[in-house]
Amino acid sequence: MTDCRSNLQRVLDSGNFAVTAEIGPPKSASGEAVQRRARLLKGHADAFNLTDNQTATVRLSSMASAVLCMQEGVEPVLQMTCRDRNRIALQSDLLGAASLGIRNILCLSGDHPRFGNQKGAKGVYDLDPVQELMVFRMMRDEGKVWGGDTLEQAPQVFLGAVANPFADPLDLRAVRLAKKVDAGAEFVQTQAVFDLDRFERFMKQVRERHLDERAHILAGVIPLRSAGAARYMRDRVPGMSVPDEVVDRMSKAADQRDEGIEICLETIERLRSIEGVHGIHIMAIGWEDIVPEIVDRSGLSQRP
Amino acid sequence: MIIAERKGLDRIIEMLDGRRSILVAGCRSCVSVCQAGGEREVVALAEALRLHAASKGMDRSIDTVTIERQCEKEWVMEIAPLIEGKDAILSMACGVGAQIMQQAFTDVQVFPGLNTEGMGAPEVQGVYEERCGGCGDCVLHLTGGICPVARCSKSLLNGPCGGSQDGRCEIDPEKPCAWDMIYRSLVRLGRPDLLEINIPPKDWSHSHHGGPRRVVRKRAVLSEEEVA
Repeated sequence: MTDCRSNLQRVLDSGNFAVTAEIGPPKSASGEAVQRRARLLKGHADAFNLTDNQTATVRLSSMASAVLCMQEGVEPVLQMTCRDRNRIALQSDLLGAASLGIRNILCLSGDHPRFGNQKGAKGVYDLDPVQELMVFRMMRDEGKVWGGDTLEQAPQVFLGAVANPFADPLDLRAVRLAKKVDAGAEFVQTQAVFDLDRFERFMKQVRERHLDERAHILAGVIPLRSAGAARYMRDRVPGMSVPDEVVDRMSKAADQRDEGIEICLETIERLRSIEGVHGIHIMAIGWEDIVPEIVDRSGLSQRP
Repeated sequence: MIIAERKGLDRIIEMLDGRRSILVAGCRSCVSVCQAGGEREVVALAEALRLHAASKGMDRSIDTVTIERQCEKEWVMEIAPLIEGKDAILSMACGVGAQIMQQAFTDVQVFPGLNTEGMGAPEVQGVYEERCGGCGDCVLHLTGGICPVARCSKSLLNGPCGGSQDGRCEIDPEKPCAWDMIYRSLVRLGRPDLLEINIPPKDWSHSHHGGPRRVVRKRAVLSEEEVA
């Protein structure tokens, strides 16, 4: 039987420490920017997330971007939010994605339309991300769409979820992750970690529930480009925790860019030592070019 | 109760452009409680419209009435004599009341003076919050008596999104996070176990997504003989 697992799944199944990175599709009808980044990042991570109209801002679709990546020989993780599509469209798009050879799917609720350039849009949220996982797992494992209608061919996909250890209430975060794992999440990408103490507390709860044995957790990191970016994330982005020490360090640095990379490398180093963390997910928003350097200096450049 | 808010005066004036004889019709029910379309608001708006008409030298007459419940035909029909000669009814009721008004008086155009903001309750005096999404399949017993459909900005049924911080919703710090409230309520009720249960995709066909809803209470429906 042929192995239809994605590269990401093979890397994680074999016990290797995985690296994924994010590619943000452009506000453009040209796929050139995605292809250029795919060429640049090829070989520096095991798979690449294509965000789905991130911050509720209209962009090149994640599905098209994923295909553009594959044309460059790069494996995509297709992000699919519950914000823009009902269960008919989500299931149809999962079939479409599988038919195009996309193997990694990330289920998430999506940023509220309030944050984007379509503030008057009607948010769909027919399903929430837990339900999206339930539906997608049923399609894959039972070969049926929700409601029971049989598919001629089931989509062979590796299902992922997101987790934010830094949002409140803290005690509900591991519960919420457990629900996603119960619903079918096999890999999990977290919000960017700056607050390592809180992340360790979260991981302790995750281990107590043995969730790390049932799903692969990839800890998110964001390389900071400037003290301003750190301050913005600390003060303005709901559900992010950037400790004051990090902001201070960035503010006092002679070269903020270098300091940002340094902080990112130290974070990765510490994350690798946390039991249950099986990989990292690099979100270098608008700074994708830096990913190879971060992977290389972390000693992770030899991808399996 | 139904929560509503009056449209801006400019918007109302614009809607009524060219109308010469207007009846401003309030409602003593929900919109009176939320101080949007009760007698007091009707009188104030009529006065503002008269002042505007006078300042523009318009020949326009404005009468007022406040009905017990604009959502019931029996009450609405009682004001039939007041409709004589009118070329506009400005309904100061919810969207239901305005429709019943139009249904009752088919020859005079009804204009909505209010925007209906949903089903809710007074939180503190002067503050009214949406409480029920009218989904047709109530889950309050699973969510600590707090409705995730109406009160979570994303109507999530299985816990908070990643934007919940300090008990506030990511879209507006003025808004509490429904799932933070649900969590606290279920802990107080001794039912945190309910937070662990995956709620499957909701059947939205019981909500408006199944088309306009109609409830028939057979025992209350009159037989043909009774109607006769």
